[in-house]
Amino acid sequence: MKPILEVNNLTMDFGGLRAIDHLNISINKGEIAALIGPNGAGKTTFFNCITGIYTPTGGDICISPDGGTKERINGLKPNVVTRKGLARTFQNIRLFNSMTVLENVMIGCHPVTKSGVLGAIFRTRATQAEEKLIVERSYAILEKIGLEMYVNELAVNLPYGAQRRLEIARAMATDPFLLLLDEPAAGMNPQETLELDELIIKLRDEDKVSILLIEHDMKLVMSLSDNIHVVDYGKKIAEGGPEEIRNNPLVIKAYLGEEIDA
Amino acid sequence: MIVNTEIKKSFLASAWFMFLTFPIMVIKVNTVSDTIEWRWMNMVGVGVGAFFLSMLWRYLLVKKEMGGKKEKTDKPSLLQTVLGQRRFAIPALVILGIFTLVFPHLFSMYQTNIMISALIYVMLGLGLNIVVGLAGLLDLGYVAFFAVGAYSYALLNLHFGMTFWVGLPLGGLLAGCFGLILGYPVLRLRGDYLAIVTLGFGEIIRLVLENWNEFSYGPSGIANIPKPSLFGLDLSLDHKTIYLFYILVALVIFTIFVINRLQDSRIGRAWIALKDDEIACQAMGIDKAKTKLRAFALGATWAGMGGVIFAAKTTFINPASFTIWESVIILCTVVLGGMGSISGVIAGALLLILLPEYLRDFGEFRMITFGTVLVLMMVFRPGGIVENVRKTYTFKR
Ligand SMILES: Nc1ncnc2c1ncn2[C@@H]1O[C@H](COP(=O)(O)OP(=O)(O)OP(=O)(O)O)[C@@H](O)[C@H]1O
Ligand SMILES: [Mg+2]
Repeated sequence: MKPILEVNNLTMDFGGLRAIDHLNISINKGEIAALIGPNGAGKTTFFNCITGIYTPTGGDICISPDGGTKERINGLKPNVVTRKGLARTFQNIRLFNSMTVLENVMIGCHPVTKSGVLGAIFRTRATQAEEKLIVERSYAILEKIGLEMYVNELAVNLPYGAQRRLEIARAMATDPFLLLLDEPAAGMNPQETLELDELIIKLRDEDKVSILLIEHDMKLVMSLSDNIHVVDYGKKIAEGGPEEIRNNPLVIKAYLGEEIDA
Repeated sequence: MIVNTEIKKSFLASAWFMFLTFPIMVIKVNTVSDTIEWRWMNMVGVGVGAFFLSMLWRYLLVKKEMGGKKEKTDKPSLLQTVLGQRRFAIPALVILGIFTLVFPHLFSMYQTNIMISALIYVMLGLGLNIVVGLAGLLDLGYVAFFAVGAYSYALLNLHFGMTFWVGLPLGGLLAGCFGLILGYPVLRLRGDYLAIVTLGFGEIIRLVLENWNEFSYGPSGIANIPKPSLFGLDLSLDHKTIYLFYILVALVIFTIFVINRLQDSRIGRAWIALKDDEIACQAMGIDKAKTKLRAFALGATWAGMGGVIFAAKTTFINPASFTIWESVIILCTVVLGGMGSISGVIAGALLLILLPEYLRDFGEFRMITFGTVLVLMMVFRPGGIVENVRKTYTFKR
């Protein structure tokens, strides 16, 4: 099977600090992969590099959404990367707070729609049809993610767990082939985490989207992941299935007593 | 207990005020008879006044803290609920419409002229609302585009005899181009940096107009700019003013129409997303540069059209009409009225322009009142007079 995301020798320096050091990661189609590592290991920086927020100092990031020809996406702007089918959520929630829940998802529809200023002013047929489509599509996504009771609520007013899920809903609206989740379970209670587990599997099975998640909740990581990548100080120290990772001495050492049990 | 400390704080504040104002309010040197007059009553007045104002301030702050617990709500205010219902909104609109139509016949030319100025500011406020209220770009040089519009019409008329009706779209277009020209270099800037650069840009335009005599006739300006004509009819001055008033009303309605459609469109949502969170906005596939430039250009277009009308109204323009102060007032109408809210901006513009006109008797206190009101608004009602309420959607399933 050919990978849909292939990262080779990725390096990111901040001044003298090497946050990512010759990292190689590849993600296969239909896979749920996890990226784990201690605090400050460079996980979020990795996401920021592949989504265009940072331009990496070195290495290659290649995508091939349909498993066909590869395309190098280093240094592209974040909005272009999103249009190519990589969508992400943020560790520190970044919702559009003055907008409603539905509108947040409608923003996510931006890359798959196209009406402009004139269309909006004259409210042409095409714009009206597109607007209707955006609303329906967004509502359907909210239903799938289980947020439909909040449609017209302002995003700031949502409970924490719901805000995290709204970030996922918004990312799904951009119609990605690979969804990047940065600590989706952070701050959730056990019940919410359980629902998140089901949701992620549902997205993979029903929406045919591959998933790469950063997570500190080892129980969630172990139950979800097909493949786990472990980084420490920007370097990859291990890769494999949950069972392998759990018993890997290097990983245990990196976590220094942090127990990895599920 | 709390009340006691509050009283103590207010007391201190009033003592400070008495001390600070002592030299100017109490001591008066009579230069003719070389005596000093001690006006102790003034000091008492300042003390008591400061004490009560300070108490009022504290009371409002406490009240706000109590109310602020609920965080942001999207509950519309009473006024908005009432106006949101068709059976109230339609009669209200009809009455407002009739009032506007008969206004110039009901009131004097002086009043009509004041109303024209106010409506120009409504247009400018609504235009700047795109840039500041929707896209969240703090633009302090907005008056530059107003100037571009006014000078476009004045110069094109002077050299090529261009009429108002050609000048209006052309002035808007030219100002829009200037919006793009300014927008491009400041794409990377945000917040206060952006404010400073745009402020500089506004001053540059004014200084160019002031010093480039061959082009803009310098400080002496351009006179005899014609008012719009009606099918070549020879109208009296009063009728021309009334005609201009109606043109302006139509343009304001057009502006409201356009902005209303824009703000709930795909483009409008992109602006608000950009204001809320630039990084998340880009991560949603929105082109930051394009979105910002669109806001700048559209906002500038409206300023340009406002400028053309301003030139036609005053029939004389010079750089003195386009100072930073104008930018500040327009920005205040947006902030005071309610960022992003159309009715708020209209209310803000009418209040800020009409009140000072009718309060001329207050003279130098106008500016102080103006400043105080703004500070109070920022502290107690940061959302503005009419807060922006997002559109809701209904689904029956
Ligand atoms: N913009 C930046 N400028 C300078 N240093 C940075 C920047 N972003 C990240 N770093 C540094 O890079 C390292 C990796 O940070 P990163 O946020 O990627 O860690 P992380 O693995 O996501 O940690 P956590 O689990 O706490 O989220 C840290 O040492 C951090 O201080
Ligand atoms: Mg992180």
